[in-house]
Amino acid sequence: MGKVLTRNIEPGKAPTDMAAYEANGGYQGLRKAMSGMSPQDCREVVSASNLRGRGGAGFPTGMKWSFVPMDDKCTPGHKYLVCNADEMEPGAFKDRLLMEYDPHQLIEGMILSAYCIGADISYIFIRGEYIVAIERLRKALEECYAKGYLGKNILGSGYKLEMYVHPSAGRYICGEETALINALEGKRANPRAKPPFPQVSGLWGRPTIVNNVETLCNIPHIIDRGADWFKSLGVGEDAGTKLFGVSGRVKNPGCWELPMGTPIREILENHAGGMQDGLQLKGFLPGGGSTDFLTSDHLDLAMDYNVIGKAGSRMGTGTMIILDDQTCPVGMVLNLIRFFAHESCGFCTPCRDGLPWTRQVLEDIEQGRGKVEDLDTLEYQINYIGAIGNTHCALAPGAMEPLQSALKYFREDFERHISGGCCPYHSGRGA
Amino acid sequence: MSNAKMIQSDVSSVLTLQEMAEIDHELEHIPYKSGAAIDALKIIQAGRGWVSDECLQAIAKYLGMSSEELEGVATFYNLIYRRPVGEKVILFCDSVSCWISGCDSVKQTLSDTLGVDYGETTKDNRYTLLPVPCLGACDRAPVMMVGDDLVTHLDDNKINELFSAGKTGDQS
Repeated sequence: MGKVLTRNIEPGKAPTDMAAYEANGGYQGLRKAMSGMSPQDCREVVSASNLRGRGGAGFPTGMKWSFVPMDDKCTPGHKYLVCNADEMEPGAFKDRLLMEYDPHQLIEGMILSAYCIGADISYIFIRGEYIVAIERLRKALEECYAKGYLGKNILGSGYKLEMYVHPSAGRYICGEETALINALEGKRANPRAKPPFPQVSGLWGRPTIVNNVETLCNIPHIIDRGADWFKSLGVGEDAGTKLFGVSGRVKNPGCWELPMGTPIREILENHAGGMQDGLQLKGFLPGGGSTDFLTSDHLDLAMDYNVIGKAGSRMGTGTMIILDDQTCPVGMVLNLIRFFAHESCGFCTPCRDGLPWTRQVLEDIEQGRGKVEDLDTLEYQINYIGAIGNTHCALAPGAMEPLQSALKYFREDFERHISGGCCPYHSGRGA
Repeated sequence: MSNAKMIQSDVSSVLTLQEMAEIDHELEHIPYKSGAAIDALKIIQAGRGWVSDECLQAIAKYLGMSSEELEGVATFYNLIYRRPVGEKVILFCDSVSCWISGCDSVKQTLSDTLGVDYGETTKDNRYTLLPVPCLGACDRAPVMMVGDDLVTHLDDNKINELFSAGKTGDQS
């Protein structure tokens, strides 16, 4: 398979500037769209491509866009396209790569996506720590304005679009799209109640689409080469390619663009080089810190949204975190719950109070103070906090995913902590 | 003196012309003044290192919002500092991939070397140490940021190299 999203990317080498991007087919999708394709034509191609959101939820992109009101007479005023570049999911490191090494690909994807929904203003909401990506995106935006790819009359088509890079001031919850919109409005990033959905009433109460970096990077290729080509890239149920990553104690941690539907074993063994010497695979989170553990029994599954879903987890961001047999599963879950408790926005009680409670119970178990009934408390929290509808947003249910699956697959480890009165793994890494 | 002018003179005794110009620049594409709250906090912090009470009140006045509301915004975000920080802030990643890769013991070495724990600033005022959510460089774990620089593949030797001879963290 030829590389698509990473065809210009070689970590360690210079990022792709305008000249290099265009020399390799860049902005062809934009030229094609601006010279004869209507926004509706473009939306139809994206819908037909079966592209699904790469930020974690996997929602079909064309369908998400279809909820934006397109009759300008009914809704005169601005519409917004926002790129969610707030990559903060523990264990996720794919969007950084796309932005640092090929900023124009994202910008072209955003111009086309904004055109599809009739947006006239767009923001790249990027985490403040991504200093290099922010600099490179700003430079690329200047190049675009200079060439007439952004501004009042894009390539003479009459379509106008302004684009801004907006560095965030922090907090994981900003990755939730309505929290992100509140942050863009200068407010505390508490998620909003839905409905109304942002497609109808988002930024400043106007129709707004929020898409992930990787999702948007696919758009130029889909417009340029068509839906059938895009569908043919996947080797399983889903269309296109995906950036898959592996971190943890494997021989060659990294991030690779592979066909959607690539088997987990191939990613872990061929690309990540298998486990480091002396270590065995105990389990893994297939798509970041808020996805359920899978185990070595699942290695032959395809990385497709529905396949991973049926196995009891989520493909999430596609960046796997590996648990080896000498790392404590209780300690790993404690680290994750600590993270989610810290990142709760504090708006709803189950999340604000339930996550610190869960953290305390896990700390007790990890430090050898656990009691048998603590496991019942954890089950209670999983059933209560983990149920969608009991919380204001998906943060706390997401936090429960690694915990519930750890209790399912590694319950013996929790019990050994309690019966032995100490962490059986404790080897300097601590709790 | 009109109220508007009084507010203006009050504000301009705290905020510089340059800072106000930068906030105005942000306001060009924001429909409501308070919408620039976070941008304004960042502009002030970029020049002064942190946001003092005096600055916070001046920004609130400039944007026509209550200082209580702005304080609620400022304290929500972990990259807005409401206390003075050192010349460089060290953002130490303690999320899951870095934890699996041994960041706890690296953090201990870092704390011992600099003589500070999370939330503290070194005696020479050069560094403030803070934890940070996953920095998105998990294939190079453990990692941290020293000022604007990402430092990867951390271990005790790297910490010693970076901080023992008064060097700054500009290598990875």
